Amino acid sequence: MKKVQNSETRHLDSTILRTATNYLLPLIIMFSIFVLLRGHYLSGGGFVGGLIASIAFVLHSYAYSPKETLALFRFSPLRLIPTGLSLSILSALLPILLGLPIMTGVWFAEDVVVIGSVGSALFFDIGVYFVVIGVVLTILFTIAENV
Amino acid sequence: MELLLVLLVGILYSAGIYMMFRRSMVKLLLGLMLLGNGANLLIFLMGELTKGKAPIIDNDQIHFIDAYADPVPQALILTAIVISFGLTAFAIVLLNKVYSTTGTDDLDSLNIQDLDI
Amino acid sequence: MLLLIVFVFVFAFLTLLLGKFVHSKFFKFISIVPFLLFLFFTSFIPLLKDGTKNIFYRTEWMPSIGVSLDFKLDGLSLLFSLMITGIGTLIYIYTSSYLRGHPYLNRFYTYLGLFMGAMLGLVLSDNIITLFIFWELTSVTSYFLIGFNNEDESARKSALWAFSITGLGGFFLLASLVVIGSITGETSIHEILSHSNSIQGHEAFGLILVFFLLGAFTKSAQFPFHFWLPGAMKAPTPVSAYLHSATMVKAGIYLLARFTPILNDGDLWSKSLLLVGGVTMVYGAFHCVFRKDLKGILAYSTISALGMLVFLLGIGTELAIYASSVFIVVHALYKASLFLITGAIDHAVHNRDITILSGFGEKMPILATAGFISALSCAGIPLTFGFIGKELIYESTLEGGVTYLAIGLTVIAVVTNIFLTCSGLLAGIKPFIGELPKKFSKVGKLELGIALPPFILAVLSLVFGVFPNWINQGIINSVTRSIYGDFINLDLKIWHGVTTALLLSGLTILLGVAVYFIVRQSHNSMRFIERFEVFAPQHMIEKLIEKIRVFAYRYTGLTQNSYLRIYLIVIVLFFIGLVGYKLFADVPLQVNTEDLSAFRSYELIVFIITVIAILFTISTSSRLTAIASIGVVGYCICLIFVFYGAPDLAMTQFAIDTLTVVLFVLVLFKLPSFLKLSNRRIQARDAIVSIAFGTLISLITLQALVSPADKEISRFYAENAYTLAKGKNVVNVILVDFRGFDTLIETMVLSIAALGVFSLLKYNTKDEESSE
Repeated sequence: MKKVQNSETRHLDSTILRTATNYLLPLIIMFSIFVLLRGHYLSGGGFVGGLIASIAFVLHSYAYSPKETLALFRFSPLRLIPTGLSLSILSALLPILLGLPIMTGVWFAEDVVVIGSVGSALFFDIGVYFVVIGVVLTILFTIAENV
Repeated sequence: MELLLVLLVGILYSAGIYMMFRRSMVKLLLGLMLLGNGANLLIFLMGELTKGKAPIIDNDQIHFIDAYADPVPQALILTAIVISFGLTAFAIVLLNKVYSTTGTDDLDSLNIQDLDI
Repeated sequence: MLLLIVFVFVFAFLTLLLGKFVHSKFFKFISIVPFLLFLFFTSFIPLLKDGTKNIFYRTEWMPSIGVSLDFKLDGLSLLFSLMITGIGTLIYIYTSSYLRGHPYLNRFYTYLGLFMGAMLGLVLSDNIITLFIFWELTSVTSYFLIGFNNEDESARKSALWAFSITGLGGFFLLASLVVIGSITGETSIHEILSHSNSIQGHEAFGLILVFFLLGAFTKSAQFPFHFWLPGAMKAPTPVSAYLHSATMVKAGIYLLARFTPILNDGDLWSKSLLLVGGVTMVYGAFHCVFRKDLKGILAYSTISALGMLVFLLGIGTELAIYASSVFIVVHALYKASLFLITGAIDHAVHNRDITILSGFGEKMPILATAGFISALSCAGIPLTFGFIGKELIYESTLEGGVTYLAIGLTVIAVVTNIFLTCSGLLAGIKPFIGELPKKFSKVGKLELGIALPPFILAVLSLVFGVFPNWINQGIINSVTRSIYGDFINLDLKIWHGVTTALLLSGLTILLGVAVYFIVRQSHNSMRFIERFEVFAPQHMIEKLIEKIRVFAYRYTGLTQNSYLRIYLIVIVLFFIGLVGYKLFADVPLQVNTEDLSAFRSYELIVFIITVIAILFTISTSSRLTAIASIGVVGYCICLIFVFYGAPDLAMTQFAIDTLTVVLFVLVLFKLPSFLKLSNRRIQARDAIVSIAFGTLISLITLQALVSPADKEISRFYAENAYTLAKGKNVVNVILVDFRGFDTLIETMVLSIAALGVFSLLKYNTKDEESSE
């Protein structure tokens, strides 16, 4: 019985935190995307971006509850893993279509604002980003639900 | 600074190994994490410390023009950190599961059950 | 030929399926398959008659290492193929009656079929590697056959014995074959044949010979490896009959015969064969008359007969080899018949005690006739095939003239034959004469399926005894040719005139009958033998195994004490010892402080905080404190990354550290609290070991700093990051472009970890729900 109480009192019942989270969540996620996209030129990248985004969701789950955080998703975060993996693999296979060896970097001719040149490496990084979010959220939410 | 870091690596290794010698599974895991940190730091040291300058090429250049930190150890460590997270997560769940099935955290008492089988 | 062997294997597996749909009484019809094979091989007799022609079949298998599926049909392999399929057919028929209604009859037929296939492959293969493979296959399949009654512990044990002895021999055989192959550069046996001089002249010839003979002797149950054979009597009788008359144990003989032209150097070869064969034949013959169990008698007389064959091959003269080829057939015929008779009696009255069984002659006339003829053949009475075999044996031992060796050999052969005669009489005649004990008076008639196979074999003994030239012209001559090499034309005669051999035969029969009557009187003869049990090889090996087991137990207890920390301490201590020794002995320790940068005050503060956090982690008894301290350590390292130009690392470390702490907190209350499990002494010991380890690591790091690593790779990445990959953050470029494949694998590893966590916990809850 004691343990059950513990796990229920674990969620901080703080209005301030909740209100703050409401604004912080989209902000942090936007920041994570920013970190992801600029990764090729400045410090950042898929790993860091994914981790930051995960932290945003973790914050939300602390403020509310894991269930409510899960409700933000229309699908299980587990699905992000295959999505990300296939994106990475596809970006690796893309050069084959162009007759180049596998994993050769290819880029669009025109540069895009902020991001710089968009190439297969970027899609690869986005894949990593999704995988990291999927992995972290799956682990944390499964544990939160089942332990 | 290198001397300090060398010392720190030694301390991390010692502490990690010491924790792994304990009988508690949780301590074993904590020891493993300390050891991992020590190893990361060790690899970082191998790349020669370079004050302040990240391995990022200046905006208007296409080559490095001044000293830069070694990128290879950094890439290695980055990978190691992320993987160690996966390891830790899995290990925590495993520990939890073992504890809930056997009711003990003591590695020695797990042995005795093992022998009974 | 490959197709044929594959067919036998497929057929064996088909019988397994058959059992589900076919009633066991229809199983006798599958005997047609081995019979057809027998006919197929019979058709080769005219082709190979003069013994000058061999038929080759070749299929490439692993050409790069010279292994191909070569098959060769010459006199020797044809004789064995005929015995395997011919006696196999009879065994198939016999089994269908003997084991009718047995729940695992289909399984039995499968094992039998597999064994037959393996044996055929063995005698037909012309490549040392395929030969070895089939050799091992016979061991494996015979394991299943011997242990067929797998609910009986002693059957399992004897199967294991047989398997371990023959398997061990297999390793030796492989070793010698590999050496032969590497000396000659050939794997095909008929090619190796032409290199026999270079093998015999090679300095490793002694080793080759010893290993080779160990392989052959273990298989054909030669002293001191003989004891698996009596143990193998635990198998159903058809198996004993098949394995010990014509196939499994004869495989060793086949191997010796096959390699005679290659390895017979006239000295070492014949000496070892004579010695081992001689000891085995006397030992087995002597033992067999003291057994009470019918199968025991037959087992030891089989050992003795095998010894005789080895002995004859050891003599190695034209005549001796000729005698051995005849004796192979003689023995196969009468021994299989006697085994089957024993099985028939056992089947009818469930008793095999020779002192009890008697008087079955009236009840089982066919069986009695078969037993009578086989016993006579075993005893070597004229007009049976056994007589001719025995004459030839004596002739070949006497061939050397009046020398000590020839006389010695003859005496051994005579003594053996006396006991063998007696054993034949015991097994073939004793059960059928005299009075029928009252408790067996209700024995019914035997089924034809059981009585016929031994009868057929017995009749063959008689036919070949009366018309020896049929088999002589048909096959024996060509067998002798393939063993001996030269052309040979000897005649089998029923009557040689009054010769020494004939006199010896007469003596043998007389003394054999005398021993038979003596043995019949003394029922407690077993006890006499039991006194020597301590010296029996089986006993000694069992003792040795027990000793090894005890040693292994103690050794394991010492090293594998299943305490994780002890393992770790041992590993760490060895690391400290070995690496530390190397470091101090070979590397000139030097610390060059000039190149190192000085530290600033805030760096010192970070360092001190880290150390304090580490100390907290180690010493605290609170889980929360420990986890928080670990977090602090992580953040401090993150700061160090920031100081030294690794923003990517710092960000990642920060995020991961946060998440790890969150993770721990989530499960914290489910985790056990720390217990104080070790006393101060152990803590001190661990502390010393770990501090030594840390110091060593620090020293190594210092030394490594003195001679920095080659920066070639880093430079390549740094210089080409933009030109090749259009990225300016080199770390990121390495991760997603240069070493993208590694990163891909890494994400997969992460995914697997997530799936692991997911399944571990989901499974858990499901489990609990179902139990609730």
